[in-house]
Amino acid sequence: MSSHSISAAPSGSSQGESRRDFLLIATSAVGAVGTALALWPFVHSMNPAADTLALSTTEVDLSKVAEGMAVTVTWQGKPVFVRHRTADEVKAAEETPMADLRDPKADKDRVQKAQWLILIGVCTHLGCIPLGQKAADPRGDFGGWFCPCHGSHYDTSGRIRKGPAPLNLPVPKYTFLTDTSIRIG
Amino acid sequence: MSAPAFDNKIIKWIDERIPLFTVLEHSTSSYPTPKNLNYWWNFGSLALFALVIMIMTGIVLAMNYTGHTSMAFDSVERIMRDVNYGWLLRYLHMNGASFFFICVYIHIFRGMYYGSYKAPREILWWIGLLIYLAMMATAFMGYVLPWGQMSFWGATVITNLFSAVPVVGDFIVTWLWGGFAVDNPTLNRFFSLHYLLPFVIFALVFLHLVALHTSKSSNPSGIEIKGPQDTIPFHPYYTIKDLFGVGVFMVVFLGFVFFAPNFFGEPDNYIPANPMVTPPHIVPEWYYLPFYAILRAIPDKLGGVIAMFGAILVLFALPWLDSSKVKSGRFRPVFKWFFWLFLADCVVLGWIGGKPAEGNYIPIGQAATAWYFFHLLVVLPLLGRLEKPLALPASISASVLKEKA
Repeated sequence: MSSHSISAAPSGSSQGESRRDFLLIATSAVGAVGTALALWPFVHSMNPAADTLALSTTEVDLSKVAEGMAVTVTWQGKPVFVRHRTADEVKAAEETPMADLRDPKADKDRVQKAQWLILIGVCTHLGCIPLGQKAADPRGDFGGWFCPCHGSHYDTSGRIRKGPAPLNLPVPKYTFLTDTSIRIG
Repeated sequence: MSAPAFDNKIIKWIDERIPLFTVLEHSTSSYPTPKNLNYWWNFGSLALFALVIMIMTGIVLAMNYTGHTSMAFDSVERIMRDVNYGWLLRYLHMNGASFFFICVYIHIFRGMYYGSYKAPREILWWIGLLIYLAMMATAFMGYVLPWGQMSFWGATVITNLFSAVPVVGDFIVTWLWGGFAVDNPTLNRFFSLHYLLPFVIFALVFLHLVALHTSKSSNPSGIEIKGPQDTIPFHPYYTIKDLFGVGVFMVVFLGFVFFAPNFFGEPDNYIPANPMVTPPHIVPEWYYLPFYAILRAIPDKLGGVIAMFGAILVLFALPWLDSSKVKSGRFRPVFKWFFWLFLADCVVLGWIGGKPAEGNYIPIGQAATAWYFFHLLVVLPLLGRLEKPLALPASISASVLKEKA
């Protein structure tokens, strides 16, 4: 088809031809866009369903977690680390110079109450669960968590310090319902 | 392509309406095949044989498998214990996957040594690579279905590779999972796709054969067919040779099925999946190990993922990276050595991929990764220009007669 088809003004004998070109292009374009739009339900059906989205909050009772201890709870099928940090751990996290961090975030921006550190316990490298929740677990070179899969070390604020992971352990959205309980999500 | 004369009236009647018998005759019987093919040319038909085994066992396994996180593991155990010959069908399927990959790897390296990817067989080579990619996806999703520890964590690690994609990575991963972690929606869609993809592979194999029968088989001399004196009909010469290969294949394959059925497996996959506990050492199936080593050789998440996919994608450019006019490694005195070095490099990568990423394994993996790309991107283009190939025989027929003398 000719390149001037759409803009061509109806004139003389070429009128019929250019109108046909226009109709052809317009029909093809509508058809192509329509087909692309029709694909969306297929693609979107693979995204999380309503019932999956509904499982979006978890409540945690903090009163049973003594200082220096940690618990792991499930939220949206993922482990969430709740650690009751000691004063030394808080101090170490707060005093770390920003220059030492790969993903620089101040400790105070990662907690609501300094002694309670709440993190999604999924290594930001390839999704393994880092060790460090149990007393006997290795906690890596920075006293936080250590991922056994590919050797990432996290500090006492859950920030990446060493190894292949690019980002800090993420902090989920949570609110303190009382002084000793939180709702995640 | 003249139609053969059929004596049988029914066959003749059908063939005049749909030329099934003519096509069959041309592609499996009278198909002119180089007369000098060696046993390395058996692995294409063996791979097809393995695919047929996988589809047949897979269809009946699916009749007893339940694609739900709370029942998948137990349904596989039920297949092993209660379903008639379930143990046999599952072990054939499990080991069949490994043997399919063994055949395909030998088939690929055969193509690399004899330059089978060169003109006019570039598209034939591409279709082969697509088959290989589809096989990797199929095997990966199949490994998730028993819902053991390695199933779950393998799925987690591999799907997380996509989170390395800038900006949209997390959306892609959530979309792949159908949730916020590998869970029941993930298992369901993997089952669906695991059932679909083998038929896609089958269609690709068909195209692979159409391309093959257009450009005709390559051969150990790397010289094209020049006339009828260079060929013999596929049947009976190569049907019987391929069947002999199938016999040898079955001895080895069934040896594993009956006497070492879990040789290629991981004991951890007999522990039901636990999303809260990562096994200390996650290893993929052996056929992914070289690429897993490349992934881990790069100390950057996105870089590692790019290198890993790049390691496969670069093979699509192989027909142009290898600049030599001579196809067969037989007549390329220097290339020959680099080929074996490359093969050894791939084996080293496979070995490193199965080791933890620590100590000396890291620099060895990095050196082997560097060599992989150096061979393909630098050695092959330069060799074609610098190397002086040996004199080629006048024809396929001449090369065979010369060997005999």
